[in-house]
Order: sequence, then structure tokens, then C-alpha cells
Amino acid sequence: MLRMPKFELERPASLAEALELLADASVESLIVAGGTDLLPNLKHELFTPARVVSLERLGELRGMRELEGGWLAIGSMTRLDEVAGDARLAARAPALAQACSLVAGPQLRTMGTLGGNVLLDTRCQWYNQTYFWRAALGFCLKKDGSVCHVVEGGAKCVAAASNDSAPALMTLGAELVFVRAGGRRVVPIADLWLADGAMNKKLESGEILTEIRLPPRGAGHRGAYGKLRERGSIDFPLLGVAARLELDAQGAITEADLVLGALAARPVRVRRVAEELAGLRASSNDLDAALGRVAQLAYKQCHPLPNVPGDHEWRREMVPVYVRRTLDAALARQGPVRDA
Amino acid sequence: MRVLHLKVNGDDLEVAAPDHWTLLEVLRYRLGLTGSKQGCDKGDCGACTVLLEGKPVLACMTLAGNAQGRAITTIEGLMPAHIARGGSGPDPIQAAFDRCGALQCGFCQPGMILSARALLDRNQAPTRAQIREALSGNLCRCTGYTQIFEAVELAVAESLGVAPAPRAWEAPLAESRAARGES
Repeated sequence: MLRMPKFELERPASLAEALELLADASVESLIVAGGTDLLPNLKHELFTPARVVSLERLGELRGMRELEGGWLAIGSMTRLDEVAGDARLAARAPALAQACSLVAGPQLRTMGTLGGNVLLDTRCQWYNQTYFWRAALGFCLKKDGSVCHVVEGGAKCVAAASNDSAPALMTLGAELVFVRAGGRRVVPIADLWLADGAMNKKLESGEILTEIRLPPRGAGHRGAYGKLRERGSIDFPLLGVAARLELDAQGAITEADLVLGALAARPVRVRRVAEELAGLRASSNDLDAALGRVAQLAYKQCHPLPNVPGDHEWRREMVPVYVRRTLDAALARQGPVRDA
Repeated sequence: MRVLHLKVNGDDLEVAAPDHWTLLEVLRYRLGLTGSKQGCDKGDCGACTVLLEGKPVLACMTLAGNAQGRAITTIEGLMPAHIARGGSGPDPIQAAFDRCGALQCGFCQPGMILSARALLDRNQAPTRAQIREALSGNLCRCTGYTQIFEAVELAVAESLGVAPAPRAWEAPLAESRAARGES
């Protein structure tokens, strides 16, 4: 049996009340949204806060609303199954809806939130373990220790960004709204990350992610998400692939973007994708070869480490396979791409 | 320690529990409702599945304090709810699991049945693919799932008043009997 360490639970009824609680720096506080990642981490004693502030009662952070200029705001407490099943998102942000549909299993999608998935802690098979297990190995760089068990002699933590929503939101050019007592900031999601597995996000103390905003996209928007994992359900990604393509009225590709997850401490954007694909029509004979070159670009740029389950050399071999299949799915307005 | 106001299987209950306890700990160790199983205790196995406002959630990943004010249904509540709706005996899904032998050790069964109940409450005629998807967060280490899917399909067929699909073992059994010249 895994029990959580003792803490005081606060359940504020409003955002203002929650921010006030978090502004009190004299008590070490942790925010919990859906709890599907935080509770196992608490049970593993990866966090031992004095106080846990639950956002469960903040109905104002749940649901979607249209903003001026065609932007769409998704409340950070919107459940993953609500994002996955939303007809509006299936049309204007298919990669995001598909990514959320593949997070964990049905129960965890009912509980887990989009905001929680964006801010998910990095994962590593030497870190997401019980205290007893970690102590037996002398701990690790990310928590309580000074040795990396993934990279011999490594001085920087390489735990993997394992959130399915992040690569999709990166391709979509999403912005994140953080609110704190007496302040607020809007961050393009691409600027959120640090290449450090110990803490891969630039966060300020006392702030709450309230909204995820998506820019408008035209009728030629195409997107898809592919996920490699050991089982057909429940597991975190061994590899995540988000693809975005924009087509003009003649069906020619004007923009292309590809972001991969679970391969590094932060989501990784594949470079030079747009250069390979721009100007090609979906019906062009040259497209097949260009998609193949993009898959090879991804292969060359990605170097998975033995930090999550699954053989890392096999995961690397699967990069071009999943990139190609996800791009094909985006063009065919299909997806998600999965094996089981 | 704090007094929690929980609505479990239709009953309004007051129960004292520490802040850091999960709903599963309160159900099992305060209320004696041990039908919800403690398996992996970290969100992998689905054995602790209960319904919150009719949706399947993992009780081991739910803070007990956050379950307040929401209708909680555990496996113990299915038969009384069925009878309250005018039925008799256990919930039809429970009866179908029984008749299909959809268990060996039985540990995953409460979670499986509650996930299936939530599915049938929102979709009266699910396909095999939809049943597989709805039960994909519940692990069974004994049966290989075939009888479990057949049990849900039997409950669906009976509620729709149609003949259930043939069971997986029926064709091979008929073939081997025919090969032996038996009827």
C-alpha cells in the first residue's frame, strides 16, 4: 500500500482565494488539479508539501470560450476527456484533441486536466519510484541524490517531458495565461521550457495556469498526433509526434511544423520541416519523397535516452516511422496514430 | 482529521479522515466498503474504479476531500440501485459477468463492472471496439478479456431484447464435436 505523506488540504472556492493561499510563502504549497500525476508522485515521496491547494472547486477554470480575433481559450481545469471529445477542437485543433484522447486510460482522462498535462513533471524510470526503491540506489540527480543513472557521469538531469498535449500545443502556437496575486503573464508555450529534466519549465512561485489559448486557423489547417507506447492504453508515451500543416486553397502546403515528445527534457521541434514541404501539393508526386526526407530529418535530430521504459534504440528507429505515419494522417484528415 | 460529507451509494455520510487520505482509503478503511480494490495504488490497474457523478474515476487517485458533494457509486451500490429502479437481483452487468464466467480471481471485477456500467449508461448499444476502449483502463491478469467483453455484450443484448452474439468457444466446440461424430 502506498500512502501519501501528511499535508493540509485547502479547497478554495474562487481563484482569488486560491491565489491568496499561494501568495503565503511561509507555507510550502503544492497545487493539485486532476491529481493523476501528483498523487502517485506524493505517494512516492517525490514531493512532501505542508499544504496542498486543490483547484477542484474553481468552475471558472473549466470549459472553453471564444476570444476576440478568432482565438479560443480552454480553461486549465477542463478535463482531458472533454478536450478529446469536443467537436469544435476536432475541427480546429485535431492534433490536440487526438493527443488528449490518447493520454492514459478512460478513468484518468475523466480526472486529468489539460492544465495539469501541460505542466506535467518530467519522468524517468529512476525517478518515478517509491522512496524505498530510490533510497536503495542512493537516489538520483533529479531528487535527493547526486548521480545520474541514465547518463554515466551526467551532471544535468535528462528526465523526459512526457506530456502528450505539449507537442500538439507547440505546433498550434498556443499561449499560456498564468495568474498570480496582483499579476498576470501570457507565455507562448514554446518559451515555457528549459532543457533541464530536474525542472523543465520556467514557472514563478504562487502562480496558477488559468487558460490555454489557441490562435485562429484557416480551413486548410491539418493536424494529427501519434503516440508510441508499450500497451494500447494507460502508458505514458515512449514517443509522441504532433504534426501541423497548413494548405492554401489550391491544396499546396504553406506551413509545416513537427514537434516530438518524450525524447528529451522538453518537447523537441524538428528543424527544417517547412523548407522540405513548403509549396508541395497534397497530390504531388514529389510529396512522398519529401515526407520521407522529413522522417529522416527527425531521425537524425533525435537521440532518445534509456530514461523511460522501452529500448531506446528501438524508440529511435520508431521516430521516422511515427513521423511519416502522423504526417500522412494529418494530410488525410485522420489520426490519431497508434499501434494498439 | 476532518469531517467529510460524502454521498456514497445514495447515503449521506459523515466520516472523519485525515486530509492526505484518498477516497479509496476512506471507502475501505473507514466505511468498510472493500469492494473497491487496492491494486497498484498509483493509477495503473483500474481495480479501485468507482463512479463519481456517473463517470468512472480511480478512487486511489482521488483526494477524499474532493469527493465531497458528488454522488459516489461503488460496486456495493449497483444492486440496490438496480432494485430501486424496479429491477430484481443484481445489476444486469453483474449477472452477465456471472453467467459468462468473466472472472478468475475476481480482483479486477468491481472496476470492470463499474467501467462497463458507466459505458452502458451513456451508450445503450456499444460495439466491441467501444467496449474494449471503455474497459482499457482496467487490467485483468487472468482471463485474457474475452469473457469480460462477452459479458458486457450479453448485458447489452439482454437490455435490447436481441439474441447475444455467439461466444468465442461455441464454434470450436461445435467443430470438435462434429469431428468426433457427436451432435
